[in-house]
Amino acid sequence: MINASLKELATALGAKQISSVELTQLFLDRINRLNPEINAYITLDADRSLAQAAAADALIAQGKAGPLTGIPFAQKDIFCAQGWRTTCGSKMLENFVAPYDAHIISQFDNAGAVNLGKTNMDEFAMGSSNETSYFGKVQNPWDRARVPGGSSGGSAAAVAARLAPAATGTDTGGSIRQPASLCGLSGLKPTYGVCSRYGMIAFASSLDQAGPMAKSAEDLALMMNVMAGFDTRDSTSLQRDTEDYTRDLNQPLKGLRIGLPREYFADGLDAGVAKVVLDAIEQYRKLGAETVEVSLPNTQLSIPVYYVLAPAEASSNLSRYDGVRYGHRAAEYTDLMDMYCKTRAEGFGAEVKRRIMVGTYVLSAGYYDAYYLKAQQLRRLIAQDFEQAFKQCDVIMGPAAPGTAFKTGEKTNDPVAMYLEDLYTIAVNLAGLPGMSVPAGFSNGLPVGLQIIGNYFSEARMLNIGHQYQQVTDWHKQMPQGIE
Amino acid sequence: MQWEVVIGLETHVQLQTNTKIFCGASTAFGAEPNTQADAVSIALPGVLPVLNREAVQCAIRFGLAIDAEIGRRSVFARKNYFYPDLPKGYQISQFELPVVGKGKITIQLGDVEKVINITRAHLEEDAGKSLHGDFHGATGIDLNRAGTPLLEIVTEPDMRSAAEAVAYAKKLHELVQWIGICDGNMQEGSFRCDVNVSVRPKGSDKLGTRREIKNLNSFRFMQQAIEYETRWQIETLEDGGTIQQATVLFNPDTGETRAMRSKEEANDYRYFPDPDLLPLVISEADIEAVKAKMPELPEAMKARFEQQYALPAYDATAITASRGVADYFVAAVAAFGGEAKLVANWVMGSVAAKLNEEGKAIADSPVSAEQLAGLLKRIADNTISGKMAKEVFEAMWSGEGDADTIIEKRGLKQVSDSGAIEAIVDEVLAANAAMVAEYKAGKEKAFNGIVGQCMKASKGKANPAQVNEILKKKLAG
Amino acid sequence: MSLTIDDVKRIAHLARIEVTEADAHATLEKLGGILGLIEQMQAVDTTGIEPMSHSQDVTQRLRDDVVTEINQRELFQSIAPAVENGLYLVPKVIE
Repeated sequence: MINASLKELATALGAKQISSVELTQLFLDRINRLNPEINAYITLDADRSLAQAAAADALIAQGKAGPLTGIPFAQKDIFCAQGWRTTCGSKMLENFVAPYDAHIISQFDNAGAVNLGKTNMDEFAMGSSNETSYFGKVQNPWDRARVPGGSSGGSAAAVAARLAPAATGTDTGGSIRQPASLCGLSGLKPTYGVCSRYGMIAFASSLDQAGPMAKSAEDLALMMNVMAGFDTRDSTSLQRDTEDYTRDLNQPLKGLRIGLPREYFADGLDAGVAKVVLDAIEQYRKLGAETVEVSLPNTQLSIPVYYVLAPAEASSNLSRYDGVRYGHRAAEYTDLMDMYCKTRAEGFGAEVKRRIMVGTYVLSAGYYDAYYLKAQQLRRLIAQDFEQAFKQCDVIMGPAAPGTAFKTGEKTNDPVAMYLEDLYTIAVNLAGLPGMSVPAGFSNGLPVGLQIIGNYFSEARMLNIGHQYQQVTDWHKQMPQGIE
Repeated sequence: MQWEVVIGLETHVQLQTNTKIFCGASTAFGAEPNTQADAVSIALPGVLPVLNREAVQCAIRFGLAIDAEIGRRSVFARKNYFYPDLPKGYQISQFELPVVGKGKITIQLGDVEKVINITRAHLEEDAGKSLHGDFHGATGIDLNRAGTPLLEIVTEPDMRSAAEAVAYAKKLHELVQWIGICDGNMQEGSFRCDVNVSVRPKGSDKLGTRREIKNLNSFRFMQQAIEYETRWQIETLEDGGTIQQATVLFNPDTGETRAMRSKEEANDYRYFPDPDLLPLVISEADIEAVKAKMPELPEAMKARFEQQYALPAYDATAITASRGVADYFVAAVAAFGGEAKLVANWVMGSVAAKLNEEGKAIADSPVSAEQLAGLLKRIADNTISGKMAKEVFEAMWSGEGDADTIIEKRGLKQVSDSGAIEAIVDEVLAANAAMVAEYKAGKEKAFNGIVGQCMKASKGKANPAQVNEILKKKLAG
Repeated sequence: MSLTIDDVKRIAHLARIEVTEADAHATLEKLGGILGLIEQMQAVDTTGIEPMSHSQDVTQRLRDDVVTEINQRELFQSIAPAVENGLYLVPKVIE
């Protein structure tokens, strides 16, 4: 059961081989056993989960089950879920019980899915290793001394350790794709605007996008059918016709044109990772695809551009945490100013404070044009790079991360080194394109992800490309040791 | 030295919408604290803004009313600062690209017209309220008002006296009500003015350092505050001091302005485009749709009244000074059917005087336009004299009923029967031989005395015109 | 341009984050590294390039002016640090 695909789980539930309550309990038991070490979850509420499971069983009994009814999912703790403590990995929200549901949470609820618990994450999604969480580090199930990646590190570790069949994540600069790569999972960041941001705690509003994390591309497609869709409560949500993301899964890949950006295979890429990625591309050639070299000349600039725009938006988005209406408030203070300054100094961790300060600085009087405006201009150049590249190819492929999972603590004292983790993922967010990572093999026993970047709204095609690869490989079926 | 004061205004006009600018919470005034503070209003983590269509249409309506360029593409920006009544830690406003561009408003001071240039008008959200009541030394925050739509209207520094500033503010106040975008209720804070005041030597073309008087919510206070501030600035400069740029508050009790203690540190608002909102694009069709529903504007209505009703310019201006008066006038003219000038006289005269005396708006007039028309009909058909009409009007005002009822009850019918009047005249002439002799000796004034006697004899009911006519005939004979 | 300790304190104050003297020095070093990374942008000439705020060229959708929200004060204030008589309490604000 713990290795089953979502489709297999739905079949088992439908055939009454297992009930949703039993399935949920099975995962809760595993969580009880393994989570104390792996620390993939911040908040569990077995009663709530089981109540949802019981309700799902009733739906199944009435023959009203949809494809995800009764299946438990881990939810990144960035999504507000009514009645659930929702921390965003921060002390600031340590006791914040969300009084409303995020759109994504409502979508899962409406589909009859079970919320298995809230997963660990870098504080306010700021990090690439899950080490900035106030609720502790998360272990990579493939090597417990290593990080799972971030910021959706808890979700990645939960699925990799089979503590959930699948999970949600969010991706602002690579936070789905990089941990998926480091934990041997499939993860998709959709086109910006495809999944509503309503109720998803904001980091950098113009870049944040929710997406699924699972074992296979097929699972991702089933989750996208629930997660995607127009929502009037998010002004940036795109009004489009409903899509069936599974519709193209079985299309052949013959004639597919794959663009290989030379900048993604240059200095900075680990040799072991490069080999795995090139092998995967070779596999695609065997499936009938052609490859063409493309160029994304402004790739290097994506990091500085991102580290202006994301902190700028974050500095403003995080101003609401002031100790007045909810969240942490300092115990002692002399006056209003002191209350603000102490509350925020205590409630935020070091990396979050750093980014707030960078963001405050780049927006402050006299620097706006040199930093913020300049970054927005470069953002356009970066988007145009992709526009050019997609004239020559259908999808772009390359590594999702420059290396495999690194050791816990290895990069914590060097923010800049940590930021370079996102070299291959950030530009996709800046352009608002969809990006996916699928397991493509191992280097020194650690998983390596292949990144597939598509043009706007080409998610169904990308899932097809991932799925076809997974029909001829079994990297996505590999399981770490010691999680039985 | 001769000084000149330079004044510019920033007015926050609360738009008359059902809901807030970025969420579906009610904007009704006077609710219990925080009962209209929904998830967006209190800025819960994860909530997002969605723009209210009506607020945009109000802004377009205002732009059209001041003949301004409508921003075809405007952008919402975040103005970042910390304050307990500002839940997100930023205010959503418009910075570089406002929804309404340059326009103008003409004010009238006595016989002189002056054009005040409008720099821009932009949409933004209001903050909540801080209540400094008895909370053990704490301040209470009510976020019901947070997110209420505002149109901030900014002028050029075009005004040169407190009187001009007040005339502009009154004109604007009237206009926003006229076009139905604001209820104009100043006590409830629906119309609030910030006034920038600076002084400079007369003849100089350099602006002095300005101080901003915040949140004036009455025209009288505005007048007082500007006058005090102007005097203070001139005295400070004449004493060899300098003016520091500052935000000041007006204290109505002392009639003085003082610099605010908080919000005083150098503000750095770190404006940037709000990534949660997309550019607001207004099409020609959007503008045409608003135009189609626009009420006739005061200037156009004034010209029409001069034409259609043959009103003098002075009357037309007075009648169109407020939408309420204009509506009242039009309704009265329609119900009356007679000469519009007579209606104008009454509206500008007795009606205005009574309203003014009782501090009432015309909408609350105890005498409706239809009732007034009823009275005017009785004047026109000579049932009552002008003097009697005043008495009837007073009675109508105090709620004694319509004109005909009062005329009947008080027996106020004017005597227009020439036989009866002749009899009275003859009686008076016989009893006042001395006055008649005076008149005949060339003392014209004696005539009025005789008329007075006739009116007295008729207990005021004789038609004065007829008395005059008959008397003249008899005295000539 | 290089960041000074006073800059760090000014930014921290703008962001309402208390920093101790020791914090400020450590922060200065880390921020220096990040700003150094950001400086790379200045090498590119961006004259005439339209800034990009959103990835999709879409415009603001408008909402009907209809009340959709109900009073949830009790729920919302159940998670507030300090409330009285329906008001959020903060240390005295001086105007």
